[in-house]
Amino acid sequence: MNFFSKLMQLDRRWVYLLLVIVCLSAYYADFTVPTIVENETKAIYDFIEALEPGEIIFVAVDYDPSSQAELHPMTYALVEHAFRKDLKVIFTALSQNGPGMVDQALRDLTDSLKLPKTYNGIFYEGKEIVNGVDYTFLGYKPYYAIVITAMGQDYRILFPSDYYGTPLDSIPMMKRVHNYDDISLLVDISSGSITDAWISYGQGKFDFPLALGLTGVMTAQYYPFLQSKQIMGLMGGLLGAAQYEHLADNPGLAKDGMRVQLPAHLLIILFIIIGNVGYLVTRYRERKI
Amino acid sequence: MEFTTFLWTTFAAFLTLAVFSFLYKDNPMYKFAEHLFVGVSAGYFVIILWHGALVPNLFKKLADGDWYLLWLNASEWWYFVPFILGVMMFARFFKKSSWISRWPLAMYIGISTGLAIPLEMANRVNRQLWAMMEPINWSSFWGERYLDIGSGYSELLIFVGTIAALVYFFFSKAHTGAFGAVAKFGIWTLMLGFGASFGFTVMARISLFINRIQFLDINWGQAAFDASGTANENYHAGFQALFWAVWLIFLVYAVFEFKKYLNSKDKPSQPESTQA
Repeated sequence: MNFFSKLMQLDRRWVYLLLVIVCLSAYYADFTVPTIVENETKAIYDFIEALEPGEIIFVAVDYDPSSQAELHPMTYALVEHAFRKDLKVIFTALSQNGPGMVDQALRDLTDSLKLPKTYNGIFYEGKEIVNGVDYTFLGYKPYYAIVITAMGQDYRILFPSDYYGTPLDSIPMMKRVHNYDDISLLVDISSGSITDAWISYGQGKFDFPLALGLTGVMTAQYYPFLQSKQIMGLMGGLLGAAQYEHLADNPGLAKDGMRVQLPAHLLIILFIIIGNVGYLVTRYRERKI
Repeated sequence: MEFTTFLWTTFAAFLTLAVFSFLYKDNPMYKFAEHLFVGVSAGYFVIILWHGALVPNLFKKLADGDWYLLWLNASEWWYFVPFILGVMMFARFFKKSSWISRWPLAMYIGISTGLAIPLEMANRVNRQLWAMMEPINWSSFWGERYLDIGSGYSELLIFVGTIAALVYFFFSKAHTGAFGAVAKFGIWTLMLGFGASFGFTVMARISLFINRIQFLDINWGQAAFDASGTANENYHAGFQALFWAVWLIFLVYAVFEFKKYLNSKDKPSQPESTQA
């Protein structure tokens, strides 16, 4: 058996092992990779940067723990940016296991925001974010298409109370807030088909500025909505999260993860080349025989 | 980190490693993690659905007065209609009366379809068509950077690529000559699209692995050995014991598998599948 025939029958577990070694080596190695920011991520950052304190953004956390690797860093970077700018945030979680994601993010961000920090040369005092004053978490309701449509009339139709059971009318920041007309931006951070509903039933029907934060698998198929201006910005996968962290001058898990992505991608490209060469050579030899 | 918190973190670390062990081969630890995940997800969802939807959106509406009076004493008594429709769904469990469940289903599908068709048509077909038909931006043909969305070059490429891809799927004419060349460009456009999706997918899968490395290192490993008291005020000597206990489980399993592999080498007539 020659080299290329052996290559074609290589146990896939060797590939996994090599990938693990490369990823671990890159993770523990001390180096950085430059972050090139794309316009679609910058559009979201610039939009939030231009908002006045007190304005409200709506963050739809539509992902489960299985996608938190890519999407949690986006939520953390974007929401921390919003809170540092004294914006108010309404959260929903229209994915089944999403409420836990919001809960975790809020707990971590509450701790992080207590510390004074400097971002892009601007000093921000530490602050306590208060439920009902700085943010409202509406929670989860099933059948997202109907929920999104109903919220266009009034959040109270399906969310008479927030996730923690407080009636919406008794929440200070929600007193004069009724529907999408009262928000400045809606960011859907999603790992599934809920994004389609936000585009069709939300933005398409009620015409509010919509930005998306998506898993890598989904990203390519949503670029046409950027072209048609149905969405104003797009963050794709861990790269999108890293770009936002870079813009907000708040490096976190995403930027750290991009160091590992680079050698891992190089290795996979190498595997693709070797695999194709092996396949072509084997086929060529079989034809000759 | 409290000891109980670390206990749960250790359990999460064990589950992470158990799932990764599937890359070698299916095993009881992976099976345990898989079943636990499915069970916990289902249980969590039921509780979220009950407390997040059914109680505030239905039962509370029907229970303005005493619970035993339910809708009789409720100011929003019409919520009894969806309640009945919901109960009708359970008729599926009984063969003779399963037809009853078709009524609420019919209503649900009717509402969903009525809502979906005009909005989907307007936003996923018409808006995309309009975007395709907009004049090419000749004033900023190359954009500010390479292939900016909205630059003339990008718009032209999308327009030509879409037409060519449609030509590729037009089978009433043989793909030869100029028509064939356009179809060929169409297939290249499709391949570029698939390539972009594949690249993003690779990034997504690696991201999941990176996240687990970060979890095992920062949340588990560093917490286990952080005796300084600065970041871990509630440091406990048992942290390290738990940390090593998990690794010991996987080490024992690795030795067991290695011995099995050596034994199988002695018996070439019974080769073991190597496919993970």
